[in-house]
Amino acid sequence: MSTGDDAVIRTQTLRKVYPGPPAFGPPGARPGGPPPGVGSRPAAAPGGPGAVETRRAAVEALDLEVHEGEIFGLLGPNGAGKTTTIGMLTTRVIPTSGRAWVAGIDVVGDPAAAKARIGVVSQTNTLDRALDVHENLVFHGRYFGMSAKQASIEADRLLEVFRLTEKRDVGVPTLSGGLAQRLMVARSIMHRPAVLFLDEPTAGLDPQTRLSLWELITELNGSGQTVLLTTHYMEEADALCNRLAIMDHGRILALDTPTGLKRSVDADTVVTITASGEPQRLADALRGSEGVVKTELTTRGVHAHVRGGRGIVPRLMNAATEAGLEVTDLSVAEPTLETVFIQLTGKELRD
Amino acid sequence: MSDTATPTKPSLHFPPLVPTVHSSARSTFIALLGRDLRVLRKEFPMFLARTVMQPLLLMFVFTYVFPKIGQGVGGGPGAAGFSTLLVGGVIASTMIFQGIQAVALPLVQDFGYTREIEDRVLAPLPISAIALEKVVAGAVQALIAGALVFPMGLVIPANPIHLHINVALLVPIMLLGAFMSASLGLFVGTRVEPRQVPLIFGLLVIPMTFLGAVYYPWQSLHKLRWLQIAVLINPLVYLSEGMRASLTKGVPHMRWWIIVLVLGGVGALLLRVGVSGFRKRVLS
Repeated sequence: MSTGDDAVIRTQTLRKVYPGPPAFGPPGARPGGPPPGVGSRPAAAPGGPGAVETRRAAVEALDLEVHEGEIFGLLGPNGAGKTTTIGMLTTRVIPTSGRAWVAGIDVVGDPAAAKARIGVVSQTNTLDRALDVHENLVFHGRYFGMSAKQASIEADRLLEVFRLTEKRDVGVPTLSGGLAQRLMVARSIMHRPAVLFLDEPTAGLDPQTRLSLWELITELNGSGQTVLLTTHYMEEADALCNRLAIMDHGRILALDTPTGLKRSVDADTVVTITASGEPQRLADALRGSEGVVKTELTTRGVHAHVRGGRGIVPRLMNAATEAGLEVTDLSVAEPTLETVFIQLTGKELRD
Repeated sequence: MSDTATPTKPSLHFPPLVPTVHSSARSTFIALLGRDLRVLRKEFPMFLARTVMQPLLLMFVFTYVFPKIGQGVGGGPGAAGFSTLLVGGVIASTMIFQGIQAVALPLVQDFGYTREIEDRVLAPLPISAIALEKVVAGAVQALIAGALVFPMGLVIPANPIHLHINVALLVPIMLLGAFMSASLGLFVGTRVEPRQVPLIFGLLVIPMTFLGAVYYPWQSLHKLRWLQIAVLINPLVYLSEGMRASLTKGVPHMRWWIIVLVLGGVGALLLRVGVSGFRKRVLS
């Protein structure tokens, strides 16, 4: 801080190619790995050197800096390399090449020291099922060097802050998904990590629980906690992150504040239209209208990117009607991170 | 966000960048061990149930029922001698079995579906130390399990057994045996998938027990020379022999230094391979 260098996380051309299926992540889905099919050409012997050659890197040449006190987001679809990136920064995935430092510590060179300075909430529930709620926090504190008394006092304090006090002595398996997630967050900050890693923190949670977790993360950040989170929910990235990197196929496609990213879109308005008939014909018809910068076909209709769009709605309606298409739905919105993602990748985030 | 909305809610106030705690690999290791012992204490009735049943029934059938009904191995003339040699074998097989139950089965579950191990892997110490802690915790359980057999030997047999306990040998043999059993558990636990768990029993535990010199001294196999040689790959043979060497007089057994060397050597080898297997399972 005093030197003006407040990067809590820094990576240098960080790269990961899995020699085999990644060891982490829920079975079936391979969030960090390449999408199914990649790297498994029939010609290559499975697991042999040929197979390694044909695998695409899960993370490719990642250069990243996360500053003290910010919430930094990695936004991208499943398989974009977000979980692999977190895996490398949290010492569980060994980079193929490149380097990474967390709180000034080389994560490959001294993983044990790096682990002492990070808090991690992974996608799966990794709470200790053999222990009750309070014990989960106490033992976590003890792993990180707290005395039994100190850990117990801190555990009770955190249970209160996280509104888990009434669950203090219950077994972990009885907790609902939302409560388990709160307990995992409480546990992850028990030892005052320099960075808190949240991997898809709200995936699978109901909307209300998600909102309360957003609030919690914001409060934590308000007290100075640096956070790196991954998400494939653009609302989440928009609501929480100071800065975010949009990732796809292991690469960062854009990195800016949410506002900056949205400003980078070539339009100030996005009109989404569905109509009877071929979407391609509709797109062709709309493109001729004044103010339409470009059109994109998506599963939810045709997006027309519009600049200076006064009176654009009747113009687009007319264009569709003249082409013999009946408009069934039309909505007008400002560009969102979704728009940015589509513009960068040509596909929707939630495919 | 909305500080005014819920003024009564305790505020977070964390100073995240001012570390208040300093962990060392040693204190973390002890804390991990403390966790495993806490769980053992919590689940002690279950531990007892899974530990005691097999040796209890073995002792009961072979050293009580058989002599009473004058049946086969445990009955007839030499019955007292058989009961005496059985105690050592049962302690040995109980310890090996416990090593697998205490270390391998939870690991298989962790790697297979619960993924709980990810949390332990993030504790601030080297991965190898985390694996070693599993072995130490497993060895403690194997020792407790082995120790539980002693009182059974005193109470159950119909004919009195004659133990001549050589403490100077018993202590190192049990320590090495516990270490080797837990290392075997680590090795098995890092290499077996959940659906293969039944194979652990069918292909490992049962053959090891029956061919582990549990019910007979190894030397008595000399009439089946090929078998006597073949069972030497079974580490339980050495533990059984070691237990008898330190508990009995007059029962033939291997030389103590061979037993110590093999138990220590096999334990070290299994630990080494187990730790590298553990690394492979938790890192990618």
